[in-house]
Amino acid sequence: MCTGNIFIYLCLSQKTGYCLDTDQSSGGCCPTIQQPVKKVLRYKRIAQGMAKGRNMSNYIKLIVLGLIVLFAAIGSNYARDLAYQVHAILVMIIAGGLFIWTLRNTDEPDILVDRSAEYMDDVIRYGVIATAFWGVVGFLAGTFIAFQLAFPGLNFEWAQGYLNFGRLRPLHTSAVIFAFGGNALIATSFYVVQRTSAARLWGGNLAWFVFWGYQLFIVLAATGYVLGGTQSKEYAEPEWYVDLWLTIVWVAYLAVYLGTIIKRKEPHIYVANWFYLAFIVTVAMLHLVNNMTIPVSIWGSKSVIVWSGVQDAMIQWWYGHNAVGFFLTAGFLGMMYYFIPKQAERPVFSYKLSIIHFWALIFLYIWAGPHHLHYTALPDWASTLGMVFSVVLWMPSWGGMINGLMTLSGAWDKLRTDPVIRMMVISVGFYGMSTFEGPMMSIRAVNSLSHYTDWTIGHVHSGALGWNGMITFGALYFLVPVLWKRERLYSLQMVSWHFWLATIGIVLYAASMWVTGIMEGLMWREVDANGFLVNSFADTVAAKFPMYVVRALGGVMFVAGSLIMCYNLWMTVRKAPAKEASLTVAVPAE
Amino acid sequence: MEEYTLLRQFADSWMLLLLFAFFVGIVIWVFRPGASKEYKDTANIPFRHTDAPAPQQDDKPAEIKEARK
Repeated sequence: MCTGNIFIYLCLSQKTGYCLDTDQSSGGCCPTIQQPVKKVLRYKRIAQGMAKGRNMSNYIKLIVLGLIVLFAAIGSNYARDLAYQVHAILVMIIAGGLFIWTLRNTDEPDILVDRSAEYMDDVIRYGVIATAFWGVVGFLAGTFIAFQLAFPGLNFEWAQGYLNFGRLRPLHTSAVIFAFGGNALIATSFYVVQRTSAARLWGGNLAWFVFWGYQLFIVLAATGYVLGGTQSKEYAEPEWYVDLWLTIVWVAYLAVYLGTIIKRKEPHIYVANWFYLAFIVTVAMLHLVNNMTIPVSIWGSKSVIVWSGVQDAMIQWWYGHNAVGFFLTAGFLGMMYYFIPKQAERPVFSYKLSIIHFWALIFLYIWAGPHHLHYTALPDWASTLGMVFSVVLWMPSWGGMINGLMTLSGAWDKLRTDPVIRMMVISVGFYGMSTFEGPMMSIRAVNSLSHYTDWTIGHVHSGALGWNGMITFGALYFLVPVLWKRERLYSLQMVSWHFWLATIGIVLYAASMWVTGIMEGLMWREVDANGFLVNSFADTVAAKFPMYVVRALGGVMFVAGSLIMCYNLWMTVRKAPAKEASLTVAVPAE
Repeated sequence: MEEYTLLRQFADSWMLLLLFAFFVGIVIWVFRPGASKEYKDTANIPFRHTDAPAPQQDDKPAEIKEARK
């Protein structure tokens, strides 16, 4: 009885008829000759059927792509605004290219390969590259707008309306959250769900659709902001047609993820998958409710939201805070629960705690949004509710942090020798710090000082750069040698450089923002003996200048670290010694 | 009764109770007897199947998909 993995390469060639080539992995336990003839015939039938079905689906694809090209062409002609026009042309070119590509592959001989005995890693390799690329783009944009705030002259006259702070700021936030963070989440979730389910990704090429579809979403969103196509909802700026496209991609993502979990070989669903799944499902719900808009015209990007007034504000921050809670927290906790145990080479500290952590986190986070709307038209009871839930949220957050940190118990010496684990640990440290700071800032009295000041910006960045950034860097350092089958990273010293540059950069950033935030909060509320305000707004802006420069320098250090990472990862792929092929697993060349 | 009042009343009473009971139930369930042994196995999932999926149990041919890649 053969227990090894058998790869069967079936090639259908029009000239030579059918050939069957069998290759096996575990030391010749079932030679080719023993393959029963009946079975060969069965493969042939399946292969024939598949090839036919494929050509059929190609015709449908061609019709759909043709219609999209036609629609986009009409759209680019009738476009009511520049953003829509550029997007229509972009979609027309991409759909046209895909049309030609599909057409050229139709009725070609198919090479059918059974890959069910290996993981689908090529899409994850693309995801890793995309994560690193968008990361650098987002960090650069952020550093540039930090300098724009310190030196307003950088809002160049010739680029007004395109590259000024107001246009670039959403570009920065979306690039780091959705392009860098989103790609990191998609890539790592595909990696983790396969390994913890012991099954290949479900849906075949659907995973590729998710990857490329998400890149198209990023490009549409980013170009839209620069050209003025925005619905002005924080972290949800893309206009209606981009939202619709993301919905399609997200449903495909959910299908791939759930499909893989359903066909898993492990009886239990590992906790990381729970967090990833909560992230995918909740983001879908948030995205749909927050983007309930009616387009003014099908040929224009402008749309009108169906919510109004304080309801609109509440839904926006219900979305906004849960984008933090489920996109930047739950999803990245999924990363933490897989990559920290892997890098530390020991299971998570307490699996029981991880289950309670999960349920407590998702039960509480969803209520925390109203703390963004203290002292507004929102009823007091609602903002009190948000505040109370935010404070209670401190508990599961720290439970998770302790779980992550204590995973290293008994292996603390690794902190000295392994800069990658150091990166992951400091990321969990920043997670603990910002989940302490957040509940504190949500208290109404503290919020009256901190809101609308740079303190909020500092808080967000200690979470985003420290927690999300560092855990992603750690995951990338783990993934690249594994995915490209390298023995090790090119240089651990460079990882150390990255670690210190990023850490000092974040400290400069957070510290300067604390100082400037509290300072401007105090300046805004300062009144003289007669009750008149002492400072004008311009006074606070002038007083903030030195801190703005420090913040921008912190950003420069963070970018420098990420560039070192990119070089290191590139050289890992190019130069690091290849891993010897494992004797138990055959890895056919891709 | 007004729709808002009705929903508000329901949310403040039964739904709150349900969610709270569900959460308490989870915590109790996590500490059920025999859980530690089971979770020890589950916690080790990341250390299995790192290079390839679990092999097919039977010898029926796997579905053939993903042509040309």
